[in-house]
Amino acid sequence: MRLRPIAGIVLRQLYLFRSSPVRLFPTFAWVAIDIVIWGFLSRYLNDIAGNHLNFVPNLLGVVLFWDFFTRIMQGVTTSFFEDVWSRNFLNLFASPLSISEYVTGLVLTSVLTSLIGLVAMLLLATLVFGLSFVSMGLMLIPFVLVLFLFGIALGITASAMVLRLGPASEWLVWPMPALISPFVGVYYPISTLPAWMRAIGHLFPPSYVFEGMRALLNGEAFSAITLLSGTALALVQLVLAGYLFARVFRYTVRTGLLARYSAESVG
Amino acid sequence: MPAALHRPPEPATDPAQPDTVLSVTDLCKSYAHVCAVEQVSFNVRRNEIVGLLGPNGAGKTTTINMILGVLAPTRGTIVIGGVDVAKRRSQALSRTNFAAVYATLPGNLTVEQNLRFFGLVYGITNLASRIEALIGQFDLLHLRHTRCGVLSSGEQTRVALAKALLNRPQLLLLDEPTASLDPAAAQTVRKQIRELARQEGCGILWTSHNMYEVEEVCDRVLFVSHGRILLEGDPRALPAAHGVLSLEELFIRLAREPLHHTDEKPR
Repeated sequence: MRLRPIAGIVLRQLYLFRSSPVRLFPTFAWVAIDIVIWGFLSRYLNDIAGNHLNFVPNLLGVVLFWDFFTRIMQGVTTSFFEDVWSRNFLNLFASPLSISEYVTGLVLTSVLTSLIGLVAMLLLATLVFGLSFVSMGLMLIPFVLVLFLFGIALGITASAMVLRLGPASEWLVWPMPALISPFVGVYYPISTLPAWMRAIGHLFPPSYVFEGMRALLNGEAFSAITLLSGTALALVQLVLAGYLFARVFRYTVRTGLLARYSAESVG
Repeated sequence: MPAALHRPPEPATDPAQPDTVLSVTDLCKSYAHVCAVEQVSFNVRRNEIVGLLGPNGAGKTTTINMILGVLAPTRGTIVIGGVDVAKRRSQALSRTNFAAVYATLPGNLTVEQNLRFFGLVYGITNLASRIEALIGQFDLLHLRHTRCGVLSSGEQTRVALAKALLNRPQLLLLDEPTASLDPAAAQTVRKQIRELARQEGCGILWTSHNMYEVEEVCDRVLFVSHGRILLEGDPRALPAAHGVLSLEELFIRLAREPLHHTDEKPR
């Protein structure tokens, strides 16, 4: 893998952010809105519940983590969509750029944008609502890592889907995090769910993160093996996502879909 | 129609010869029951401009897409600068570049940003000086900070040509490069491309529907119809050799008379 082509993919996105700051809007605006809504809701619930339970980390904290995961996934897909929207596939894939270089470029772009978003989220949530993750300590690192890995895997999978099904399938990508959220226990323990939903939830690594976070915040025991299982699952899914993208790419080259993506009107 | 017109020509030169920049051998592309390209073989040599002519749907763009690696052949080999595209894709594609009217550069990047982006994608060293040279060569100095989306057709063609020369390609593919240009702009572009072939020493494969342009620019032409090469030769000598007054008349005659091979594949 060569560094220059990867740098090219990242640089392109930075150019777009610089020339059109409105592209940064989703990175901060939706996050800020979420934090304000859930922050005030957490305060209200704290007032009702008295001192029994602190809702700020239990509710606002998990919302912040879920937003981080969503930004990671959308960081990959948005960068990919730039090539869909500008009909750039022919220019890109008729070049020496390899699929692994292209996907790595998308991932690095996502890392940069989502880290900026994460810092902004943490600052806002800490300064305005007093959110603190001190009780989680070093466990914060694997939690973020699992969400990061799964976000990347889902972003690559969604990009492969759009490459295979065509630009119109972009509309299936945006609601993906919302479709997953009921199963992974973002807002409630997954023990609340019926058995079939729990079974689905265990296929998604974030369910292990949110269960772990909730246990730590409430001073309960949490098995490291469970978190390791979530990490391993996320890694396997990341590898599978990369394999899927490469397979779909080869399919589009074999069938002519890739050439038509640019050469003809897309719809 | 002379029988010689219906004989697919053999490659004119030995692929092993050092001045061969493109060697296409027995190239076929089939989709289900449709044969888009069938047993196409030809070479392009250094300093040579070869015209790929034929009616709409003849298989010109399919052939170009296969050479560019965005469409996999059903059968046959493509060797660019001695490297097989199917075996060492990145290495082969680093030796070529292209400009096509249907593959515009991202309109939301400026001229300079596009050149930098694609320069990195092609892994160019000393990119800054290469960009400066191309900006000067194609008179783009006053447009360097202008977004490509707002440029005129002629300006976009110049930027596309500058991008196509970033990596000093051994083989340059130009798919109707003057299609959207006014006669004066088209003449300028033709002059620039002729100079390129002479000065840079690259081979050029050029498609066009403008037969006057082809006579002016191309050293050799290949007539393609129904996915096969029907005729090959000097565009200035072919009309007289086939009893017509002009290349355009020959083109129309070939385009209107379908193949009558007994072994013709269904389309």
